Amino acid sequence: MNILILLPVLIPLGTITLGLFLRGSKGVQQFLGIGGIALQLLVAISIFREVSTAGVQVIQLGNWPAPFGITFVADLFSAIMLIMSGIIGLVVAIFSISTINRFRQRFTYFPLVNALLMGVNGAFLTGDVFNLYVWFEVMILASFVLITMGGTRKQMDGAIKYVSMNLIASMMFLAGIGLLYGKAGTLNMADLAVKIGESDESLLLNSSAMLFFVAFSIKAAVFPFFFWLPASYHTPPIAITALFSGLLTKVGIYAMIRFFTLFFVQNQSFWHPLLLIIGGLTMVVGVLTAASQYDIRKILSFHIISQIGYMVMGLGLFTVLGIAGAIFYMMHNIIAKTNTFLIAGIIGKIKGTYQLKSIGGLYKTYPFLALLFLIAAFGLAGVPPLSGFAGKLLLVIAGFQDQNYFITAVAILVGLFTLFSMVKIWNEGFWKKQPDKTDGPGKNIPFSMFLPVIVLASGTVVLGVFAEPVINIVMQAAEQLINPENYINTVLGR
Amino acid sequence: MGLILSILIGLLYAAGVYLLLRRSIVKMILGIIFLGNATNLVIFVSGGLTKASPAFVEAGKTAASGEVSDPLPQALILTAIVIGFGVTAFALALMYRFYKTTGTEDLDEVTEGEE
Repeated sequence: MNILILLPVLIPLGTITLGLFLRGSKGVQQFLGIGGIALQLLVAISIFREVSTAGVQVIQLGNWPAPFGITFVADLFSAIMLIMSGIIGLVVAIFSISTINRFRQRFTYFPLVNALLMGVNGAFLTGDVFNLYVWFEVMILASFVLITMGGTRKQMDGAIKYVSMNLIASMMFLAGIGLLYGKAGTLNMADLAVKIGESDESLLLNSSAMLFFVAFSIKAAVFPFFFWLPASYHTPPIAITALFSGLLTKVGIYAMIRFFTLFFVQNQSFWHPLLLIIGGLTMVVGVLTAASQYDIRKILSFHIISQIGYMVMGLGLFTVLGIAGAIFYMMHNIIAKTNTFLIAGIIGKIKGTYQLKSIGGLYKTYPFLALLFLIAAFGLAGVPPLSGFAGKLLLVIAGFQDQNYFITAVAILVGLFTLFSMVKIWNEGFWKKQPDKTDGPGKNIPFSMFLPVIVLASGTVVLGVFAEPVINIVMQAAEQLINPENYINTVLGR
Repeated sequence: MGLILSILIGLLYAAGVYLLLRRSIVKMILGIIFLGNATNLVIFVSGGLTKASPAFVEAGKTAASGEVSDPLPQALILTAIVIGFGVTAFALALMYRFYKTTGTEDLDEVTEGEE
């Protein structure tokens, strides 16, 4: 029994339950919400240490042996993602203190954030396909409530698109599970890997694999299923957008990487070119549509899509280096993307709008904010020595080694266009003069809004400058994913 | 039986997709309910249909004699139904809020999110 890897799910469950009973006091809610997430982060770090020293960790719920009960598994990839979800949850919760309506903080806001994190953590840890579906539902139900919180006309419009697309994705996921169970007779991921590996009719599994692929593509906003994301992500309060942008799409990518490295490894000649093509199109379409936008949040939303393409590309290359690049890129992107949204939140708080056309002169009045934005934006675009550079470099080297020159060229070009969009925000928001004369004395931005941005910006710098040890870790994680014998044997207790 | 259910699943999916493509939010939610039910039937059919053979083991034996129906798809469907119920309840509340906020149930009339 290894109770440690249950804690990332049990802690939020506890804080949600307590939080719902102790409604009404803002201080208590903040203490419970933020304290709970901080505890999750600590647990995630100790899971990571456990996994990196003692190998894959498993717990069989209810002591049912592996293929029959629900299994929770933590390998290096899960542990890394758990740490990321802890970090993002913590900084966003701190950012929320002064940006989310007081009334909502007193009631259900923090329990909902914790519920979202519970779903995300559960999805990272579970070793059972149907259980993954349940964690997805926990996650999206919490996100439904968060995205509609406030109930303005604009939010209603965004929420309908978000809710309906996510529900359709869930149905496809579920249909895929049904068909997979009918064919393989098991839903435990490790057992599936064994059963599918033994079968010589694995071609028949492509129908389920395609349903899973489409479901995860919708969740991750991969081309051509991304339209709901830019239509809804700019509508809720910015702290919620930042949380979603950091975590939700990455859970889709996590599930895709897990499925397509552990058990859908047949028919590689079909899947890998498909993944590469889809990844390339996602990168290009996302970055080009971002170029025509003038709302900061919309530019950033389209960039989420474009960045997702890199991760799909890493999976499509399917070498240790490619997968390692995808994982590193996920880590980098979760930090940098959330940070740009948080900075957009500060800009919105200062100027009262997100339209670049009516923003200007921020460099003169807020030079420190300008510096923080530069770090996040250049990190996102992949300027050395920030984290995006190391991520892109890994993927580009992997692409050259695999002799996929075209997709590698696309990845490099898209990096340039990302820089173009970031420079556009810089020019319009920070550099040019304030367009109208309404620019009053600078507003005081509370420290609780700056602290998360500073933490994430230093994360971008550290991840870029000290990339070497991180790359070693993601290489090990990728090794575990490409050669999953250890994972399978540990889960099945052999 | 499998064939009839398969045809029914196809019809439910077709009707669900048709309803989802309507502009009315009520029809959209009905479409989602249809898709959910079709999906539950997919699990049911692909889990294998067996007639009147409950998964019971007689007293004193360790394994069932003869064919038994697999209880797992049924457990999966039960979970899916419960989750679907919660999701539908949320969708209906959202519809009500949408109508209260915007005064319409035509999705094309609300375009604020696209600005």
